[in-house]
Amino acid sequence: MSGSATAVMPVVSAPRTSYWKRNQRKLAPWLFLAPGLLMFLIYVIWPIGNSIWLSFFDWDGLGEKTWLGLDNYAELMDDENFYISLKNNVIWLVLFMLAVPAGLFIAIFLNQTVTGIRIYKSLFFFPFVISQVVVGLIFSWFYAPNFGLLFKLIEWVTGTGIAFLADPDYVTYALVAAGLWPQIAYCMILYLTGLNNISPDQIEAARLDNASGWRMLWYVIIPQLRPATFIAIVVTVIGALRSFDIVSIMTDGGPFGSSRVLSFYMYEQALSEYGYRMGYGAAIAVVLFLIMMIFITGFIWKMVNDERSGG
Amino acid sequence: MKLKTKSVILGFAAASLLATAATAQQRVLKYNADYDPIPLKAMEELIADFEAANPDIDVQLTNFDHEGYKTAIRNFLTADAPDLANWYAGNRMAPFVNAGQFMDVSDVWEDNGLKDSLGSALASMTIDGKQWGIPYTYYQWGIYYNRDAYEAAGVELPGDDGVSWDQFVENCEKFKAAGIDCLTTGTKALWPGAGIFDYMNLRTNGYEFHMDLTAGKVEWTDDRVKATFAEWAKIQPYITANHAAIDWQDAAALLVQGKAAHYVMGNFAVGVFKQGGMTDENLGFMVFPEITAGIPRAEEAPTDTIHIPAGASNVDDAKKFLAFLASAEAQTKWNAAQGQLPINKNANVNEDDPFLVAGFEMLSTAEGGIAQFFDRDAPAEMAKVGMEGFQQFMVQPDQLDNILERLEKARQRIYK
Repeated sequence: MSGSATAVMPVVSAPRTSYWKRNQRKLAPWLFLAPGLLMFLIYVIWPIGNSIWLSFFDWDGLGEKTWLGLDNYAELMDDENFYISLKNNVIWLVLFMLAVPAGLFIAIFLNQTVTGIRIYKSLFFFPFVISQVVVGLIFSWFYAPNFGLLFKLIEWVTGTGIAFLADPDYVTYALVAAGLWPQIAYCMILYLTGLNNISPDQIEAARLDNASGWRMLWYVIIPQLRPATFIAIVVTVIGALRSFDIVSIMTDGGPFGSSRVLSFYMYEQALSEYGYRMGYGAAIAVVLFLIMMIFITGFIWKMVNDERSGG
Repeated sequence: MKLKTKSVILGFAAASLLATAATAQQRVLKYNADYDPIPLKAMEELIADFEAANPDIDVQLTNFDHEGYKTAIRNFLTADAPDLANWYAGNRMAPFVNAGQFMDVSDVWEDNGLKDSLGSALASMTIDGKQWGIPYTYYQWGIYYNRDAYEAAGVELPGDDGVSWDQFVENCEKFKAAGIDCLTTGTKALWPGAGIFDYMNLRTNGYEFHMDLTAGKVEWTDDRVKATFAEWAKIQPYITANHAAIDWQDAAALLVQGKAAHYVMGNFAVGVFKQGGMTDENLGFMVFPEITAGIPRAEEAPTDTIHIPAGASNVDDAKKFLAFLASAEAQTKWNAAQGQLPINKNANVNEDDPFLVAGFEMLSTAEGGIAQFFDRDAPAEMAKVGMEGFQQFMVQPDQLDNILERLEKARQRIYK
């Protein structure tokens, strides 16, 4: 605020200074922002506009585009596969949220001083470090009929094995379980750093007031972990909505499309071997974008609010 | 051309003059392909032969990864067209033909009498009465079986003519009793299931109907389609239960281990069976059984092809290469290395390979016609929806009506 006063000063004393000198303070932030903004425009805003525009056409990527208006969206409303994908996205979103409490639980469990705890911490963090593709492969072997560990185990206990990835009723849950493994590790590490910042005075004070166990956790620890919880929820929501790699590696959307999610369906329609319906794929992308926007707007709104009340 | 040579020579130092002049005399023929290592080597040998016969042509082969090629071709045809490009016959080439990306090569067919020598593939290379490429190889589909599994289940081995459909279904019950999957498949990637459908439909309704169906001229809710699925339902309980979760190679392992008796597959699977330890002794091949009596026997043999992109710069030499590749000698040589069947009827097959001999015999006597495979006969979008339907039918046969309605809805949208 004091900056504007000093910026005005030279204008009064030397009226013939250049435009740059006079507006330096106002222009500087934009100049610093310019490279980032330019990239953002070219690589984010322009493609978004472009795919929205594309969603009004029928185009195979080679020939002429034909204008369809809202036909792609009308077809989407009548497309069984779209609703299956949407339903699976909801399952992903809801069940993926388990990563947050599970991560918190493991973090609290690991937040103690025992010899070798660093090794345990790194072991728990390990699944987040390996690629999603590898996680998908490991789990598809785990579930694999005939030789998979889980399949054999169920066969040993009940007599008949269950091939989770071949069963349209179970397949999405099996995929979410695979996705949760690295996601829990991610939430755990967020909470571990959060736990380091908990003020010991408050815990001491709570102890003196005779708080312990669940009450201590609920009223003293968790409120202090709010920033970590916020970030954990954000990354989990985003992780659930872009759950593409696990689906692609483990089932390819199968059996008969029952494990598709929107992002995968979009890829299938627009870019896969049997697809090349660019317009229809773009329409799916737009719907996914709108769903994501709901969450993103919510998060941004909360962050801005926090900053206002905090600052 | 001469002007270019001049400027090239002028532009370079005298030291490189000799070399430049040498390459400038050669005309470059750019060829984009998607070969695996063994066929790549075979093609490189063919190219060497071609260059030896045409010293003024330099063939530059750019090899792509097989899966990546399917995407890459869409880019390079428009952006940076080579003079030759690999692709597939049937409806698979239709999008490129209709978009004007492939060149009409009917004159190559006329000038070299290919309509006679490559006659078996003429129909699948023709769109709008013109030919759009040269087929150089195909391979048969049929039923591969494990003789040891027959022995284990106490089932009589099929004779030279295979078995009747009723006998096949009856055998399936015996295999089931012995704890062996009568028919195995792995439909994680969808396409193996389409092989079963194609044969069920070809045997129940014949070639013409199958082609009309894949061309979108018949409704999927037609009674004849339902008849096909009714026959399929007879063997559905005997198909490997978790096929939707396994790849075709995993199913091949089941056949090798004797946990499954039959496998509807293409001849390329023989290599996998043999790697798994099977030999000509216990691996058998038979023609898919006749279902509706009296229907001319049609077979399935996907054909690989080479085309000239519309944007090619060296069309004359590209046509020369196509003519060379259509010849009996070239096709004999390439297919011997790859273990597949030549299209040219004057070419020879390796007499020591019982599966090639059986396939050649089967295809050359297929009076009904030769289908390409569901995902090449039907347009890509229909293929995808269809193959998902077939997979679902093999898991949930009670959903048949839903599946057929969905396919019919897709047909009405896709074939406009």
